[in-house]
Amino acid sequence: MDFSIQITGFVALYIFMLAAFAGWVIIGHVPAILHTPLMSGSNFVHGIVVVGGMYVLLNASTVQQQAIGFFAVLLGAGNAAGGYAVTGRMLAMFQTSGHKTEHAKRGHAKHRRPKAV
Amino acid sequence: MTMTSIAQLTIGATDLAAALLFLYGLKRMSSPVTAPSGIFVAGIGMLVAVLASFFYVFDVSAAAKPHLIVNVGLGVLALAVGGGFAWWGGKKVAMTAMPQMVALYNGMGGGAAGAIAAVELFGTKAPGIAQLVVTLLGALIGAISLSGSLIAWAKLEGVIKKPLRMRGQQYFNIVVLLGTLAVAGYLIYVTTGPSSQLLPTPQLIYLFFGCALVYGILMTLPIGGADMPVVISIYNAATGLAVGLEGFVLANPALMIAGMVVGAAGTLLTLLMARAMNRSVSNVLFTNFGGAPKHKPSHIKGELKPTAAADAGIFMRYAKSVIIVPGYGLAAAQGQQKLYEFVKLLRAAGVSVKFAVHPVAGRMPGQMDVLLAEAGVPYDLIFQLDDINDEFKTTDVALVIGANDVVNPAARSDKSSPIFGMPILNADQAKQVYVVKRGQGKGYADIVNPLFYADNCNMVYGDAAAVLTMMIEAVRGLGAKAAA
Repeated sequence: MDFSIQITGFVALYIFMLAAFAGWVIIGHVPAILHTPLMSGSNFVHGIVVVGGMYVLLNASTVQQQAIGFFAVLLGAGNAAGGYAVTGRMLAMFQTSGHKTEHAKRGHAKHRRPKAV
Repeated sequence: MTMTSIAQLTIGATDLAAALLFLYGLKRMSSPVTAPSGIFVAGIGMLVAVLASFFYVFDVSAAAKPHLIVNVGLGVLALAVGGGFAWWGGKKVAMTAMPQMVALYNGMGGGAAGAIAAVELFGTKAPGIAQLVVTLLGALIGAISLSGSLIAWAKLEGVIKKPLRMRGQQYFNIVVLLGTLAVAGYLIYVTTGPSSQLLPTPQLIYLFFGCALVYGILMTLPIGGADMPVVISIYNAATGLAVGLEGFVLANPALMIAGMVVGAAGTLLTLLMARAMNRSVSNVLFTNFGGAPKHKPSHIKGELKPTAAADAGIFMRYAKSVIIVPGYGLAAAQGQQKLYEFVKLLRAAGVSVKFAVHPVAGRMPGQMDVLLAEAGVPYDLIFQLDDINDEFKTTDVALVIGANDVVNPAARSDKSSPIFGMPILNADQAKQVYVVKRGQGKGYADIVNPLFYADNCNMVYGDAAAVLTMMIEAVRGLGAKAAA
């Protein structure tokens, strides 16, 4: 069976259009308090470029391609890992009165039901 | 099923899941209540996508087969080194240095997108013209984002102290950009059309990347440090776009979706930030704001009235309501913890205390919220400009700590002021204003603040952390006397 992905002209444009719209709507009414964390969070999301780097590196057949591919994965991994670390630290701080940092630090918010928003 | 189809199926399915988790994670990140789990959700998406990318080994081109073991080794090494260093840096860096870290990581993403484009360009496959145009466009945006973000990092880190400007710089920048585009156009021409070329293709590719990187540097150098947040946000959107375009080149929908979502979200965030500063994006990029000729304070009456920190602290202890306006000076002095300690004392004494945070307080919109949250200040005490601005009129004391431009009444009244029209916190309307400041100098935007000369305003000079310590001691001293 063939599961390879082919994306041509208009299909690509449809994907781009819908993704752009989704991004616009998701960020729509975000409070200013979250501007910096969200910028950092979206910075993390484009760290997915590391997967593209892996693809070109694994398909490299010359030393030049290997070197540039290595560079791509190196930078992409930095983008993803650093973006996660920084965003996680920023967001772990959002808590309301009466809730101590214990839960917030772990990144699991489901146990916390803050009163005020 | 062959190993190849299993690999394709695995990668296809995990990338689909990753795209979904990114969208869901970003959605959760856009509300303070669910935000911490949002990044966790997106993180899972990233982790599975990276792990699944090793399945590419079953689906490589014939030419790459002999190099596979070396390539896998390089991949693991690059992931470990790049990821490890960035993770360590992200965990270790001080909260005040967050903006430049975001810039740095963003630049790395742009560089990765550019590098992918370079591999494709140097590759042996003959690309179609659409493929080539998209590759070059992604490479251009990625390379500009890389060098531009590095300059932004250097400016925020203090490596580059002043905006570097020269006469006719805008025109020079345009020439460089046009030159880059011309190289790209020529590259497309020689690659797709039958022609005798002046330069061999590899040299052209180097020239193209060189020009793009230089343009990113030139574009960012003249912009003042105060505007860097908006610039980083622009580059963040740009990197997203570059990643999306390279995703198309690699026929990877996860990259396309994640990149384009960030491109759109980043663009919107940029507009929101610029609006919070009452500036347009082109104004930020092209008008060289900050470090401009000094504004003459000729019409300001009154004088600066210094007062002792202890007196100010005691005055607030007996006030009914206090609104605190924190600024970058507080963060620079690492005074957040002390501030919250002081606030707890005031609250214990029955004083109503609120924090008023301007959208651009600190060095990046929302950064002050993060810094206060880090010190343990509950975010239901933190109010945004629109929600609290009417309360200053009925408040006893406004305590301005290390903030300047965001409380400058000239933005309301003085048409000649460079920040005229910027929404400000009406701290001047409180019955008494205390301004904690390191010295008599001007704010980051270098504009004189008439508030400091107003009758109801006293200056408390000193490092924010030291001043707050004195205030705490003074209020504690009262408590001890009252108990005795």
